[in-house]
Amino acid sequence: MKHSSVSRNRTIRNAALGAAACAVVLTSAACGSGFDDPAAGPTQQTSGPANLQILIGSSGDAETAAVKDAAAKWASANGASATVTPAQDLTQQLGQAFAGDNPPDVFYVDASRFADYVSVGALEPYGDKISNPDDFYPNLRTAFTHDGTFYCAPKDFSTLALVINQDLWSKAKLTDADVPTTWDQLTAVAKKLKAVDVTPITIGDTRDRVGAFMVEAGGWITSPDGKQATADTPQNLAALDYVQSLLKDKLAAYPKALDAGWGGEAFGKGKAAMTIEGNWIKGALQADFPDVKYTVHELPAGPKGKGTLSFTNCWGIAAKSKYKQQAISFVEAMTSADQQMAFAKAFGVMPSRQSAKDAYVKEFPNDAPFVNGVDYAQGPVNAPKMDSVLADFDSGIQQLSSTDPKALLERVQKNTQAAIG
Amino acid sequence: MAGTTIPASRGRFRGSTALRDNLAGWLFVAPVVIILGLFMLLPILMALWVSLTDWNGQGSPFRSGVPFVGTGNYTRLFTEDGLARQDFMTSIRNNIYYVAIVVPAQTVLALGLAVIVNSRMLKGKTFFRAAFFFPSVTSSVAISVVFLFIFANSGAVTSLLGVFGIDGPDWFSDSRGTLHLLLGAVGLVDPSAPPAALTGGGPFGLSWWEWLSGPSVAMTTIIMLVVWTTSGTFMLMFLAALQDIPVTLEEASMLDGAGRWQRFRYVTLPMLKPTLFLVLTLGLISTWQVFDQIYVMSQGNPSKTTLTPAFLSYQTAFRSFEYGSGTAISFVLFSIIVVMTLVQRWVMRERDGGSRRRRPAHASGRASARTGRS
Repeated sequence: MKHSSVSRNRTIRNAALGAAACAVVLTSAACGSGFDDPAAGPTQQTSGPANLQILIGSSGDAETAAVKDAAAKWASANGASATVTPAQDLTQQLGQAFAGDNPPDVFYVDASRFADYVSVGALEPYGDKISNPDDFYPNLRTAFTHDGTFYCAPKDFSTLALVINQDLWSKAKLTDADVPTTWDQLTAVAKKLKAVDVTPITIGDTRDRVGAFMVEAGGWITSPDGKQATADTPQNLAALDYVQSLLKDKLAAYPKALDAGWGGEAFGKGKAAMTIEGNWIKGALQADFPDVKYTVHELPAGPKGKGTLSFTNCWGIAAKSKYKQQAISFVEAMTSADQQMAFAKAFGVMPSRQSAKDAYVKEFPNDAPFVNGVDYAQGPVNAPKMDSVLADFDSGIQQLSSTDPKALLERVQKNTQAAIG
Repeated sequence: MAGTTIPASRGRFRGSTALRDNLAGWLFVAPVVIILGLFMLLPILMALWVSLTDWNGQGSPFRSGVPFVGTGNYTRLFTEDGLARQDFMTSIRNNIYYVAIVVPAQTVLALGLAVIVNSRMLKGKTFFRAAFFFPSVTSSVAISVVFLFIFANSGAVTSLLGVFGIDGPDWFSDSRGTLHLLLGAVGLVDPSAPPAALTGGGPFGLSWWEWLSGPSVAMTTIIMLVVWTTSGTFMLMFLAALQDIPVTLEEASMLDGAGRWQRFRYVTLPMLKPTLFLVLTLGLISTWQVFDQIYVMSQGNPSKTTLTPAFLSYQTAFRSFEYGSGTAISFVLFSIIVVMTLVQRWVMRERDGGSRRRRPAHASGRASARTGRS
């Protein structure tokens, strides 16, 4: 009797527990119903008035306002609506949006992240649907081409150039005729500057600055198609050896050693006579150091001729967007030569269309060295899974003055091979 | 008849009460169980699943197309020679030094501050209590930014060192290991040409020389920051425990002729043991999880010497889109914390038992001494 009541008791308790467990599982399963979407297959397209979500990695208020204006203009012309959101951290927010299966329709894609997004199928390959796609600089098209497919329209671009502080320049009795055009000349003027107690050059301690020397020496981290690792080559070694010699002889210093966050800051504070930076330095100097007098020149040529690095973003369209047609029309409007010039005036970026080049150079004659750089520029590494490899390369560059460049390149080569696989 | 029915009905009655009690109990805890299950247990299990896959962050990790790699993400961290293991082991090394310095330092400092603030001699106790506690209630991001300025190359610390004729390092860009520098200064090894015996090999893809680097100069600034900010919180815990120690106990030990140090060592410290355990446990857990200071101040730079597993996990998942690897790192970190805490508990508990066994003898001895004197 007693036994049976205890066991019955236990059965009931177990049943109650089971029911509770079931309830939890059921709730979670209900929550999980959204997970069972079809993995592949085209996303249902919606025609008619679109409601575009646009996520941008804005450089500041000027850019946000300009893009919002342009988007509003497009929206009213097409009877659609477009919401522009500036991201706090574009990479992370996009990552979360893709994971949550609810990406924005249009967003900025940095060239260095492009391959990562393509390799996971996040981007719609619409590049050739934009009118006159050949008008984009070939360099920029390559940056957004994967396996022969042109994915997305370049928004604008930047290149690196040599920026010279006029006051410090004349302090060492140097003139415009002394602007270096080769590595040897660069070393020579640097020595003259050092003689008057001026730090000659400041270079950002990443592959995004030091890499320019690799391009000038005829090397790069990967082959042009992004399928081979080419880090461990004599050309790259020559470049790193040269930069190392500049650092060791105190002819160059990293911005951190000059108490600055980046080259432009060290340059603006007058702590170095030259720096290698992109066209964004104009706006930064104007805002923070308006009194600095400077000139911009193309980077000195290395053993293999001129070289620089280009940085660019494209207007990515999500493969999962419901409004692809409308999104393409939006990008079309954003990348017209006129609109690009409007953006250039608003926040100082360089148009990605060759047809806008003349108008741009006319408007900003001092930027010619930046624009000219696109002809011989090298874009970011266009291969997926390279982020940690390049971060590792950067950490090697940070201590370049005390490491063996050969060993560093071998390490990058090994890691790149493993990543590209 | 009656004799048989009564127990039965009583049994049924008792059973239904127990059942009702049980149900009521479950009902009362249900909100917590559901909330914890839904927002903690379930996400943890989901993350565990992600750590077993090669999910690329597109769509849901729970559909059929997601490649299942088993323990591949974990073995890559320990057995495969590659960048993933190297980064992970570097972060573990950095964090070991970080924990080994921060935990003892903050505990000792917190205890010292608490003893000072608790002393009856001190004037303006409230002021000092507030001053010491202040860093703990300030946002860690704000404090990190202030430290960035203090330790800038032209900042207060470098200028202060300059007054004494010391040429301070470039704090945040200095990746040299302090143990390397120390060994170099003593003349044991030459940091620029380390002995081949150490560079030749070592466990988990890092050479012995790399394991023995000590925290980098950049890391020491973060260590100073954390010791300074957290010791306030722990001071408060010690202070509460100190105020709980009965004054009679101290007076008794004074009558026994115990000096200041003896009183602290044999009366105060044993009484603080539970708090000490709490402080050490909390310290261990929070130091292994250090993230915001790294995120704000260094992002793992210079040369990965401030990389920690928590930051690496974030970086791997959200920057490189390798969510599987990222979650695997966080689960390894979780198990490290659990193991460390268990070890520490075991160490502390054993001593606790020992002192408890001794206590009666002390008490009786003291009692007899007192009676003898009176």
